This record gives sequence, C-alpha cells and structure tokens, in this order.
Amino acid sequence: MIDWAQFTPLPAFAGGLLIGLASALLVLFLGRIAGISGIIGGFLGTARAGDRGWRIAFILGLMAAPGAYQLFAALPPIEVAASTPLLIVAGLLVGLGTRYGAGCTSGHGVCGLSRLSARSLVATLCFMASGFATMYLIRHLLNLGA
Amino acid sequence: MHAAIAFICGLIFGIGLLLAGMANPAKVQGFLDLAGRWDPSLAFVMGGAIAVGLVAFQVAKKRGTTLLGTPMQLPTRRDIDARLIGGSLVFGAGWALAGFCPGPALTALGAGSVPALIFVVAMLAGMGLFEVIEKKRTRA
Repeated sequence: MIDWAQFTPLPAFAGGLLIGLASALLVLFLGRIAGISGIIGGFLGTARAGDRGWRIAFILGLMAAPGAYQLFAALPPIEVAASTPLLIVAGLLVGLGTRYGAGCTSGHGVCGLSRLSARSLVATLCFMASGFATMYLIRHLLNLGA
Repeated sequence: MHAAIAFICGLIFGIGLLLAGMANPAKVQGFLDLAGRWDPSLAFVMGGAIAVGLVAFQVAKKRGTTLLGTPMQLPTRRDIDARLIGGSLVFGAGWALAGFCPGPALTALGAGSVPALIFVVAMLAGMGLFEVIEKKRTRA
C-alpha cells in the first residue's frame, strides 16, 4: 500500500537532478566516478598520495552540504530508528559489502546505471533486493524496531 | 583546482541528497518497506539522477580526456563474480538495517547527527577490515 502522505516525488526528482549534476561535473572535469564508497575506500586503501586530495575535498563537500542548505531552507529531519548496536552492525555490513561489491547506491546505482554497465546493474539489483528482503525481515518478521 | 571542483561536486551532491530525502533514514526505510506503508519517492531520485547521468556519461565515454585535459578514469571491469554479488547483498542488508548508505551518512554526519557518526565509524571499520583481509589474502 502506498503511503501517499509521505510521497514526495517532486523534491525527490529535483534532488536526483542535483545528484546527477554533481556526478556529471565530477566525471567531465575530473574523469572520476562519484561513487562514495569508492572515494572513501580509495582513501583508506591503495590510492597514491596525489590521488587523495580530490577524495577528501569531495567528502568535505558532502559534509558541508547541510550548512549550505540551511542558508536557503530549514534542514529536513534526520530520523534514525536503529539502536546503537544495530547502527554498528549496519555500518560494518555497509563498509564490508560496498568494498567487496566495489560500489554503493551512488557508484553502481547512479553512475553505473548511467554508464549502462551490466556489472552495476547486477550490483544494483542485488542490493535493492537485499534491502527490500532485510526490511521485510526486520519490520514484519522479527519486529526489531528499526 | 581539482580539489575545489571536487568540493563543489560533493556540496551539490549533498544538497541533492538532503532535498531528495535520502539523508533521512526514515524516508529510506519507508522506500525499502514494500510490505508496509510504502513510500516510492526514492525511485524518483534515481530517475532524476540517471536522467542527467545518461547524457554526461555518453559525453564522457566519447571524449578521451576531461574538460581539464586529464585522462578519463572510467571503470573497465566487466566481470560479474561472486564478490560483486555477495558484497552487494551484504551492503543492501546493512543499508536497510540503518537506513543509511555511505553518501547520506556523511551528509547526515555533517548535520551533526550522532547516529550517523556511530554508523560512519563502523562503516570505516568495515572498510578497514576489507583492506586487512585483502592484504592477508594477497600475501598468502
């Protein structure tokens, strides 16, 4: 059943356009994929010294976004249902999973699908399916309160 | 110059996440909860992002170099293996548990969210664990 009260297609689409614009600028100017897990992972892993500057700058930009957003509008709420132990488990799974899967929602989901990459399509279908299944499990079978 | 452009890209990306509702885990979980009160909004985020991305990546593929004259560094791998599938399945599970994926978690952290901080520290630990395991594996 669709929750019409929460349904916000216009801001969602407009936000998507901005995400697409940011990814477009990054690839056209820097030749890089705007994949957040890859940008962080390269920083932790094998990236050479000269390859680190743009990564940290992109991450700082992501973190500065709420400050910039507040200049124009009230910040939207950030509502987290998960408990601290659940957040830790989730973070570990996301960290490990995105590095083994070589990408996340941005790298595979946005950039990969835009590149028409079969590899990214498979990855996206896998994490979406797993996300739907896990949500069903925790909300409707186990009632974990998340 | 590169760092300044990357910062602006991160900033636009983060503002997009906030506007789209992606930085709010409740919204993300509402999208993933197909069997509950389903909020399909986030499908429109993907739609908007890919609409722009399709054009940009077609241009990027045709050009060998960036607008700054440096080489394009697009992914070249085409193999679909167990790591890709297994990793993505594990990622999806973590995404649903917290409602955070890597980008929105960093933006929520920038807004001062304590749960986002806990999530990001654990995510970095997970990524660090990957590096340790892979280093051991290649040495063995």
